[in-house]
Amino acid sequence: MTKKLLLENVHIEGINSYDVYRKNGGYSAVEKALKKMSPDDIVEEVKKSGLRGRGGAGFPTGMKWSFLAKPEGVPRHLLCNADESEPGTFKDRYLMEKIPHLLIEGMILSSFALGANQSYIYIRGEYMFVLRILEKAIAEAYANGWLGKNILGSGFDLDLSVTPGAGAYICGEETALIESLEGNRGNPRMKPPFPAVQGLWQRPTVVNNVETIAAVVPIVNNGGDEYAKIGIGRSTGTKLISASGNINNPGVYEIELGLSVEEFIYSEEYCGGIKNGKKIKACVPGGSSVPILPHFLITKTAESNDRLMTYESLAEGGFATGSMLGSGGFIVYDEDQCIVRNTWNFSRFYHHESCGQCSPCREGTGWMEKVLHRLENGRGTMEDIDLLWDIQGNIEGNTICPLGDAAAWPVAAAIRHFREEFEWHVTNPNEATKRNYGLISEKVFEKVNA
Amino acid sequence: MSEEIQKFKVTIDGKTIEVEPGTTILNAARQIGGDIVPPAMCYYSSLKGSGGKCRTCLVEVSKGSEKDPRPMPKLMASCSTTVMDGMEIKNKSSERVVKARGGVVEFLLMNHPLDCPICDQAGECHLQDLAYEHGHSKTRYEFNRREFDKIDIGEYIKLHMTRCILCYRCVYTANQLTEKREHGVLKRGDAAEIGTFIENSLDNEFIGNVIDVCPVGALTDKTFRFKSRVWYTKPMDASCNCDKCSGKAVVWMIGDEIARVTARKDEYGEVKEFICNDCRFNKKDTNQWNIEGPRKIKRHSVISANHYEKETPKHTTLLNKA
Amino acid sequence: MTSTEKNIEFPQSILDECNRVIQLFPEGKQKSALLRILHIAQAHFGWLSVEVMDYIARMLHIQPIEVYEVATFYSMYDTKKTGKVKLEVCQTGPCMIEGAERIITHIEKRLGIKVGETTKDGIFTLKGVECLGACGYAPMLQAGENFHEHLTEEKVDALIDEYRANPTANYMGMIND
Repeated sequence: MTKKLLLENVHIEGINSYDVYRKNGGYSAVEKALKKMSPDDIVEEVKKSGLRGRGGAGFPTGMKWSFLAKPEGVPRHLLCNADESEPGTFKDRYLMEKIPHLLIEGMILSSFALGANQSYIYIRGEYMFVLRILEKAIAEAYANGWLGKNILGSGFDLDLSVTPGAGAYICGEETALIESLEGNRGNPRMKPPFPAVQGLWQRPTVVNNVETIAAVVPIVNNGGDEYAKIGIGRSTGTKLISASGNINNPGVYEIELGLSVEEFIYSEEYCGGIKNGKKIKACVPGGSSVPILPHFLITKTAESNDRLMTYESLAEGGFATGSMLGSGGFIVYDEDQCIVRNTWNFSRFYHHESCGQCSPCREGTGWMEKVLHRLENGRGTMEDIDLLWDIQGNIEGNTICPLGDAAAWPVAAAIRHFREEFEWHVTNPNEATKRNYGLISEKVFEKVNA
Repeated sequence: MSEEIQKFKVTIDGKTIEVEPGTTILNAARQIGGDIVPPAMCYYSSLKGSGGKCRTCLVEVSKGSEKDPRPMPKLMASCSTTVMDGMEIKNKSSERVVKARGGVVEFLLMNHPLDCPICDQAGECHLQDLAYEHGHSKTRYEFNRREFDKIDIGEYIKLHMTRCILCYRCVYTANQLTEKREHGVLKRGDAAEIGTFIENSLDNEFIGNVIDVCPVGALTDKTFRFKSRVWYTKPMDASCNCDKCSGKAVVWMIGDEIARVTARKDEYGEVKEFICNDCRFNKKDTNQWNIEGPRKIKRHSVISANHYEKETPKHTTLLNKA
Repeated sequence: MTSTEKNIEFPQSILDECNRVIQLFPEGKQKSALLRILHIAQAHFGWLSVEVMDYIARMLHIQPIEVYEVATFYSMYDTKKTGKVKLEVCQTGPCMIEGAERIITHIEKRLGIKVGETTKDGIFTLKGVECLGACGYAPMLQAGENFHEHLTEEKVDALIDEYRANPTANYMGMIND
């Protein structure tokens, strides 16, 4: 059985309430931290744990924290990124809905470690029902002395509140989140200056994902070393994976990093295999923006190593034959799914979500969507495939924020691995919308990449 | 002179210069001058916060600094990246830059109406210049272009959103020169538009400057619209006594009449001293101006074509690099 | 549309909620409450009229354009009148795989409207939206604050009947009072 650090108690009835959470050991990490540890001790434990940002980028959390500027007399802030909007990802919602006090406990620990006295959880507006759950939990935490002035007599004050977005994927980008939290349009800022120096209201700010902050609780409880024992290499600890698509058991799973992809997809404990006895065609392992993998690169890498659920193994082979762990939005496609259609669908998403601030993303995302729509409907040409390749190449790396890359990568990977299916849409215009191409052959892929 | 602040040495397309710390790559390039200067469609020196958006000024940083010589993996917006000592930059000499810039020009033109012959900005349009220098001769975009109705925003200013490239300069202008901004960017993505949302006239006394900062024909002067092609006019430096602004302007003459008034722009099309609406829109009589002499127009092709002033080379402290 | 100082009134309960939200931010940073206040106003009035937005601008001591800019940026805000119940069907990725289109077509037939339209009785507006974070429970739709997941045609029919009988059931908390 996999070791669970975040969701261990998730099935206990009433765990979303303060009393039940507390009875099951909740807030013991705060007691330990405020009574026995200094802020730097916590930062040290987080560094030792090897925890990496769980929102998608995978940047070491302890290092991110150590970048926080601490000028005298200037307040600093911790912001929790609960904007979860990457297609395929719904883990943060699950955690906040089921066990909201875990996030609050993590916020207290992390705010203490960073010396932040006013912290915010920025949650996507569509999760208003989760916001209400969090507000109730925060009120309970205040009532029981875990928030407010002089917590546990330690002299540490913390005010915590939740604030909603209103429908904008881009606000998951940390500087857009900050803009939004200031009551502005969610336009990402130019970096530098980085949030660690000038963030919310120009003050030093750390933005961390929900799961990252929740993971600080077991790290403080058991120590960073204990956390680092789980996993492989630089992929330590556990990770929440949101599984969806054509699988028998979609849902949120906490896995130990290092689990094999094969086991994750096929074991009953997790996805339970492909629905209706179909074959697997493709998999997007880390949310819509990471490269899609064709069936023969999912459980094995191009080097015939077992593909593991780690940052490194999923990326093995680079973008040519690998992908990314990303946010852990694991989408599985069976043999009946159309890759061109899926790519068009994703490109519509990015087009819809572009803030429109910089020209490659503003114009390029809409252009890709239109060309893909044409291809998907049997009205495309072979030149369109090359055109798409060009457009994504002109967007990637040339935008203010990573949304440009996020829009470009899925298109690039789909063409890289499934070019024959794109071409089939051109050569079989009447069938393009009616039926699906099926699995692509490994041989064609090898030829293309030779 | 040992007290002097240590300057940073930067090399752009093989030309080296020493600049103050904090200088951006773009401004370092402008100090060198000539054709190594990256184009900029949204950055505007006198507007705080502008820049970074159009991506036309992307350059390749082939050496980060003397201390950390690693190249930067991504192309950088030269308008918002500050130089480091020993930094080496490739602008036109980088294939990656040329390709990316071509891509950016294509993106900017995609939804831009290619009706330059009937556009009032023709001849002084920065997008026209940019496309001429960096664009492709053929468009690959085959879908409908974005279109908007022309609207009057106030008595003197016409907004033709169809031509807008969303540089945000006019928004910064209103923010920084007026007390009460009444127009802004509405919606998002490629549906984003400059607008007032409600029917509104912009009547602040400095709002006319949005016309000068606009790099394209999206914001134009209604008192001048279609009176003349700009290259048939003669720009003259002129000044007047004004209690609201410096009174330093350019009057654009047709024969003995003033067709329009603008602020003075430098060779990069930037206004350093903004003028008030009164000078811009209401002083069209030569008696109201002290006409100093012909305006030196540099860089912008069509207008300078009708000109008799020779450009004088700019003095720069170029260092010889062995 | 023209700007107006027309007297719209926020009921006391809504004003109290707005003030509570403003208090969550340091003094002088009240603009941070804008997104939340727009949500509160939209839940109460159904949509965001110019009068409502101008009122909020005065409440937060900001320019009206700053409110319009924000209200038109975020996809959840409606600056045009909608039906009382917005059926927002997710159509992204996993929801597409699981039949979002089927659900949309079914609703279109059932209500006699197309995506983006409102029923004549003013009760329903149908929208196609992007990922709502329910990928494992696809297909799904959002109505007000409620997520309805694992949709089937039968479930959708039942939902429509329920909302038609009680259109305000899609908002939680104080907004219903």
